[in-house]
Amino acid sequence: MTDAAELRRRAQELLAAHPPAETERLDFLRARFDAGLAWVHFPEGLGGLGVPRSLQVVVDAELEAAGAPDNDPRRIGIGLGMAAPTILQYGTEEQKRRFLKPLWTGEEVWCQLFSEPGAGSDLAALGTRAVREGEDWVVNGQKVWTSSAHLARWAILIARTDPDVPKHRGITYFLCDMTDPGVEVRPLRQITGEAEFNEVFLTDVRIPDSRRLGEVGDGWRVAQTTLNNERVAIGGMRLPREGGMIGPVAKTWRERPALRTHDLHQRLLKLWVEAEVARLTGERLRQQLVAGQPGPEGAGMKLAFARLNQEISGLEVELRGEEGLLYDDWTMRRPELVDFTGRDAGYRYLRSKGNSIEGGTSEVLLNIVAERVLGLPAEPRTDKDVAWKDLSR
Amino acid sequence: MSTQPDLLYSEEEEALRAAVRDLLTDHCDVAGVIARVESASPHDPSLWKALADGMGLAGLLVPEDRGGQGATPREAAVVLEELGRAVAPVPYLTSAVVATEALLACEDGDELLAGLASGRRTGALAVGLHTAPGAAFTTVRLQSGALHGRLTGIADAAVADVLLVPADDGGLYAVEADAVTLTPQTSLDLTRPVAEVTLDGARGHRLGDAEPAVRRALRAGAGLLASEQLGVADWALTETVRYLKDRKQFNRPVGGFQALKHRLAQLWLEVVHLRAAARGAADALATGEDADVAVAVAQAYAAPVAVRAAEEALQLHGGIGMTWEHPVHLYLKRAKADSIAYGTAGAHREALAGLVDLRAP
Repeated sequence: MTDAAELRRRAQELLAAHPPAETERLDFLRARFDAGLAWVHFPEGLGGLGVPRSLQVVVDAELEAAGAPDNDPRRIGIGLGMAAPTILQYGTEEQKRRFLKPLWTGEEVWCQLFSEPGAGSDLAALGTRAVREGEDWVVNGQKVWTSSAHLARWAILIARTDPDVPKHRGITYFLCDMTDPGVEVRPLRQITGEAEFNEVFLTDVRIPDSRRLGEVGDGWRVAQTTLNNERVAIGGMRLPREGGMIGPVAKTWRERPALRTHDLHQRLLKLWVEAEVARLTGERLRQQLVAGQPGPEGAGMKLAFARLNQEISGLEVELRGEEGLLYDDWTMRRPELVDFTGRDAGYRYLRSKGNSIEGGTSEVLLNIVAERVLGLPAEPRTDKDVAWKDLSR
Repeated sequence: MSTQPDLLYSEEEEALRAAVRDLLTDHCDVAGVIARVESASPHDPSLWKALADGMGLAGLLVPEDRGGQGATPREAAVVLEELGRAVAPVPYLTSAVVATEALLACEDGDELLAGLASGRRTGALAVGLHTAPGAAFTTVRLQSGALHGRLTGIADAAVADVLLVPADDGGLYAVEADAVTLTPQTSLDLTRPVAEVTLDGARGHRLGDAEPAVRRALRAGAGLLASEQLGVADWALTETVRYLKDRKQFNRPVGGFQALKHRLAQLWLEVVHLRAAARGAADALATGEDADVAVAVAQAYAAPVAVRAAEEALQLHGGIGMTWEHPVHLYLKRAKADSIAYGTAGAHREALAGLVDLRAP
């Protein structure tokens, strides 16, 4: 039985064998992976020890206290949060051994090739085609809203392998090499001025069948693992009071009495209360997860945060008065990290517009809550038993 | 803030909920409540006896060595959720929470406290139900050892055996109900009616200082009212979802139309948030940590959600929701009256401005 004390002992053993001060960062991370202390809930031999995920904090605290380097999780969020759990669940032994270690150490960055210009909320309607040729699949199509594509070595990709069956059944999941000559990445400039996302054009990209994840035609089910893990990642954050978007507004309010008006005061207090209650709701969700009683509440957290972020940052621009007429910088940049609370109020206002679109639009999430949590009937569907090739588009 | 509040329900709290819900299912059906509220006795004395005395719930907030159950506001909050869900016409909030908390702050209130805790007696704090924890309250005149004055908006006074009356000497006095003139006021919320209390030379027993007792009582009332509002909102949501799955128009259950689904999903989200806010307030009142902020946050959030839930329930029920026969109006009236009780959301936001240093211009 591996308990917290045993994990501390193993962490100390790792630190003794590879003192962080004298060890190259990457060497330390590789040794940590080999010691099963990367993600302790993963199986032995794949960076874990097969113990409950809740014990990870024990290891993290021990290593952080010793000044050990981490794997910069914010830089490799898609790999850690989406690709890894999916590879773990559906990958072959060979795929797990090949991909998980460099994914976790950050040596190989991952991106996600899911959304398409013609397949947003209706992701299953995607049209990127993968056609079998010998031992390879030949892929053609266009993906969009791809964060980190310009940095990524690998991508998780879903493509259509059978257009003659209904849309959910003809999809297959692949691991795509982003260095393939047929992969072209173009920055996609957003309303903020920067290009955090990319468009990815796939032209005769050859993917060996050994990089297929799951069965042919089973890609939609495999993708659910990826998407469910995305929502877990969003729900797990822990914030102090005033920890989110409300923080900078409250700070400005306190520091600059000249900006205050009665109207803004009423609106600020209302949003402050809503932000605090949203924080408590997230905390309650976290406590439920820790207690092993996950509730359906997670489904709604993103809805609440999207609306709050938008309203709070909108108020903030207005609060700043004349300065609200300005913007910090329209230069086209390609940031490596996304920081919703970074930069100025104007940036926050514009960037938060994406919060109700990315990772499932608020409208789709309301449908999910209504149908899966409240059990209300689905809309009548016209696409269920129609072959993908016969759908209107 | 160093520690996070415990926002979950313990196993014991869930068991308590189940027991209260069972009792209410058997003894508090809405048809009965609708019939009762227009009768001479809008309160339900036998239900109150079963809850207060039979189950011992009136003494939850009173320590065991003072005749109570020695539980905390967390448990009382669970009881209030269930009472809200049933719009039960019993003086639990006013007697077992507000009057009890006032007595807990008094030096000379123990005998009465034990009486309230046992459920043998019922008390009411003679401060208008609309009064926020930090607001001024009306006092009566103390002259030659007797009390004189008129107090209005006193919730559940009609069933109180004893009234806790603040006087102009700064004291809080216990006055027997038969020593005052009690005039029921026609109330918006018939399940928690308010009354006018007239004291014309009534004798009272000085319990202690009014100011701290009233503050403490109103803060606990405001904080735990959020749990009642959660119960009201949860009923409105659950009942409306159930009805819309069943009700068919245009050859479909109307709950399948996206325009309505989105409204219900939005309401669900707000109820989820209200639960966290209400648990936050109950836990803060139990630990004493951060209680002023937690109560103000919960009340600033709870009232609009409960009112909206009841209003949405009415609208989405269509014509039937507008009838006297359907129970939705009981919840609407309770939610609306609750939005004024122990301070409006706006009053609690104003309190927060000072508490968290977001000052007015």
